[in-house]
Amino acid sequence: MPHRQTVGLALLAALVLLVAVDLAASYPLNPFQAPAPIALGSGAGPAGAHCAAPPR
Amino acid sequence: MLLTRTSLVFLALGIAALLALFVGLRMALLFLIGVGFGLTLEGLRFGFAGPWRAMIQHRDGRGIVAQLLAIGLTAAVALPLLASAPGELMGAHAPIGVAMIAGAFVFGAGMVVVMGCGSGTLVNAGSGNALGLLALIFFIAGAFLGTLHLAWWTELASLPVVTLPGLLGGVGALAATLVALAAVGAVVLARAAPGSRLPQPRLFLAAALLTGLAILNLVVAGQPWGVTYGLGLWGAKAATAAGADLSQTAFWAAPGNAERLYSSILTDVTSLTNLGLIAGAFIAARWRRVMDPPPAKPAMRLAVGIAIAALAMGYASRLAFGCNVGAFFSGIATGSLHGWAWFVAAFAGALLGVRILAWLQAGPRARAGLQVSQ
Repeated sequence: MPHRQTVGLALLAALVLLVAVDLAASYPLNPFQAPAPIALGSGAGPAGAHCAAPPR
Repeated sequence: MLLTRTSLVFLALGIAALLALFVGLRMALLFLIGVGFGLTLEGLRFGFAGPWRAMIQHRDGRGIVAQLLAIGLTAAVALPLLASAPGELMGAHAPIGVAMIAGAFVFGAGMVVVMGCGSGTLVNAGSGNALGLLALIFFIAGAFLGTLHLAWWTELASLPVVTLPGLLGGVGALAATLVALAAVGAVVLARAAPGSRLPQPRLFLAAALLTGLAILNLVVAGQPWGVTYGLGLWGAKAATAAGADLSQTAFWAAPGNAERLYSSILTDVTSLTNLGLIAGAFIAARWRRVMDPPPAKPAMRLAVGIAIAALAMGYASRLAFGCNVGAFFSGIATGSLHGWAWFVAAFAGALLGVRILAWLQAGPRARAGLQVSQ
């Protein structure tokens, strides 16, 4: 069995790789179109996806 | 030293700063909230699956009482918040149905076998547990497969979405939620063995911290804390990268999900809190130095059982409209009746899960592999 620290680091490295590959394949990031920092008081409805929400 | 606690904290803050610059301040805040979840869950050893198993096997109710306390505290703030800003905040509201109940039952059984729930699987993997990492991989695969069949399952017998605020109004919903949680707590206290009733101080602290973080999640994201959606999305991303065309599937063709599929996971709420949670668990594990003991080699029988259970858990979590976080914690705390149905069905499943785990643990080599944090 690998050492716990090795496993943890391997997972973090895999997640970095996932994010990098995903960034290359996804729509470009645009911080100027980012939602308001705080949803409460923003006047906008929640736009995120949640596991409790049916497909929409 | 690259992995000192201070350098890891600064690394997390650095990632948040990059997110703020290139994605947006909300996403940076959500990552940090996720780090807080990971630090709390791993650092204070607050779990969901472990306490359920402890109650069933050893009549130790301390962990469940702490869970109920956290949910009640969160509800006391979340329900008034949701009532005050219905256009900006949403609850974890889902319909009760045959597939939902069956999914919760399977999830409850699976989370005992895996020795980690939705959040617990992330924590176990992040803290360096090899079986936790194995479980996470299969959980992701299961959650993705669940999205492919979700439309079919949800067409089975299902009620409309029922919420306590809709039935009883804001004050009545909060009162009913707190009374119901207190009633469950009373049952747990009555069934628990003497000396295993009141939570330890660390669990009280963890419940308070989780409440604060869950409220922050709601206020910042506009939606409650969730885990499963992000994991299914990661599976869909991997499938797409491998050449799969998901545009013809009902779930991923839906506009909201298609947008998530083709946008970076750095813009997805649950992905960010999941990433933060894993990072926070890693930091806390380094902090507690639990990574130092050499791990035991688990039996193949146990590893295969955990992989199958994690796959089933991931799949079932989609049918159940969430896991212990999205359905149980956030569902109940935001007044969804499906959260209560999930709790009952999942606990029944956990009773079965304990028996399955005992079978998998048969043999000395298997028992040696049970060094997990949840």
